Amino acid sequence: MDVLLDNLDLYGPGFLNTVELFLISAVGSLVLGTLLAMLRVAPVPMLRATGTAYVTLIRNTPLTLVFFFFTFAFPLLEIVTPASFGSAAAYYRNAALAALILYTAAFVCEVVRSGINTVPVGQAEASRALGLTFGQMLASVVLPQAGRAVVPPMMSTMIALLKNTTIAAGFSVFQAGSISLNLSDRGESQLIGLLWIALFFVVLVTPMTLLQRSLEKRWSIAR
Amino acid sequence: MSAVLFDVPGPRARIRHRLYAVIGTAAVVGVIGFVVYRFWVTGQFSAEKWSWPQYEFVQLQLLSALGNTLRAFAFGALFALLFGAIFAAGQLSDHKIIRVPSMLIVELFRAIPLVVMIFMFHYGLSLGAPVYSVVVALTLYNGSVLAEVFRAGVLSLPRGQSEAAYAVGMRKSQVMRLVLLPQAVRAMLPAIISQLVVLLKDSALGFLITYEELLNEAQRIGRAFEFGRPLVPVTIVVGAIYIAMCLLLTWLATYLEKRNRRDKKVIELEKKPAEDVIAAAV
Repeated sequence: MDVLLDNLDLYGPGFLNTVELFLISAVGSLVLGTLLAMLRVAPVPMLRATGTAYVTLIRNTPLTLVFFFFTFAFPLLEIVTPASFGSAAAYYRNAALAALILYTAAFVCEVVRSGINTVPVGQAEASRALGLTFGQMLASVVLPQAGRAVVPPMMSTMIALLKNTTIAAGFSVFQAGSISLNLSDRGESQLIGLLWIALFFVVLVTPMTLLQRSLEKRWSIAR
Repeated sequence: MSAVLFDVPGPRARIRHRLYAVIGTAAVVGVIGFVVYRFWVTGQFSAEKWSWPQYEFVQLQLLSALGNTLRAFAFGALFALLFGAIFAAGQLSDHKIIRVPSMLIVELFRAIPLVVMIFMFHYGLSLGAPVYSVVVALTLYNGSVLAEVFRAGVLSLPRGQSEAAYAVGMRKSQVMRLVLLPQAVRAMLPAIISQLVVLLKDSALGFLITYEELLNEAQRIGRAFEFGRPLVPVTIVVGAIYIAMCLLLTWLATYLEKRNRRDKKVIELEKKPAEDVIAAAV
């Protein structure tokens, strides 16, 4: 308890930064992932191929490598330089956000796509036969059914994203994962410091997991 | 062919689709062109920055780094599979004393980020060489996920399987060992392999505690002034190595699945949990 209370000035901002990183990259990856999913189900082969290529490349690359690229290699291309962000810390933060968003978007895309694919073709054909427009079909037939199949795995993806924010500890972004590295400078016990961080994640993740399971159970019966 | 979202295109839709294809191609070519242009302007194609793969000592270092990545992967995978099988059996136990702790442990290790676990073993418990911390953390995290996968696999088998096994006089451990687990593993093979892909990718986290794996080597070569600091080329090459390894594993999964289907020894599951697990493997 002492380790936590004596170093609240580290833990408070650390946890806050983690939540902030998570929220921004969750919104970003949901938007980008949905756009990618639209590409992957598009009726145009060229757009489908683009989506598939992105997902295949990103899904098979370690997130650590994506972080590595944006933190160390990307500035060398001089498209944006750390100087244009004012400070190195601001650049690293944006690099971390870019890595998390681009990586998670590939998984979001797959979840959305497989959700749309669970809707039987007959459903869409029937709604077209009834004369529904594309928008009506999407809003009242396909999406309500796809949503049931999308939300539970999407929550798993978001839980993974929350845990993945800690990788930023290795890339100069201060958040929960890097608290312990700062603790050792103060001569505190790292193990106890890390146990508090672990507890923080257990407290955040467990309710999400429980909610996800109950949704999964409740919605799987309805189909 | 009619997909869920789109009807078979008519003549006007075909023209529209062709227009989309042209716009899409232009956008992709534009993005790739811009990246290549930036590469060219900042000298990423210069001979100096690509000279490092020619040196034998660099090749040997890269090979040994690849060996270290594969070693962490091999041990991590082996122990994670064992851990998963044991704790899946524990979660399915009839005795509360075994079932509840197994569930708690699996839940706990799934909730803690891998980075925090690796730090805990390396800095907190000082396990010694980084490879130990990496392997232990990979085992605990992926083993817990695999335990869930195995458990879902066993639960999705038809009940007749275990009933028949009990009817011929098998004991509980025999039913699990000889009848349920082997079938669950075959049925869940795609999910298991996609979790192994995750494990392979996560071995790159060893970079954070200076385990001498691929990414660590990439940083070392990338910072070398004698090669003109080739960070960008090295990142691309190492990324390609990872992608190749993961794709190989994935192809193995599809190959095994196809062979399984031909054998027809796999039992049709009552519900298909595998796809959800695969989609959620991050």
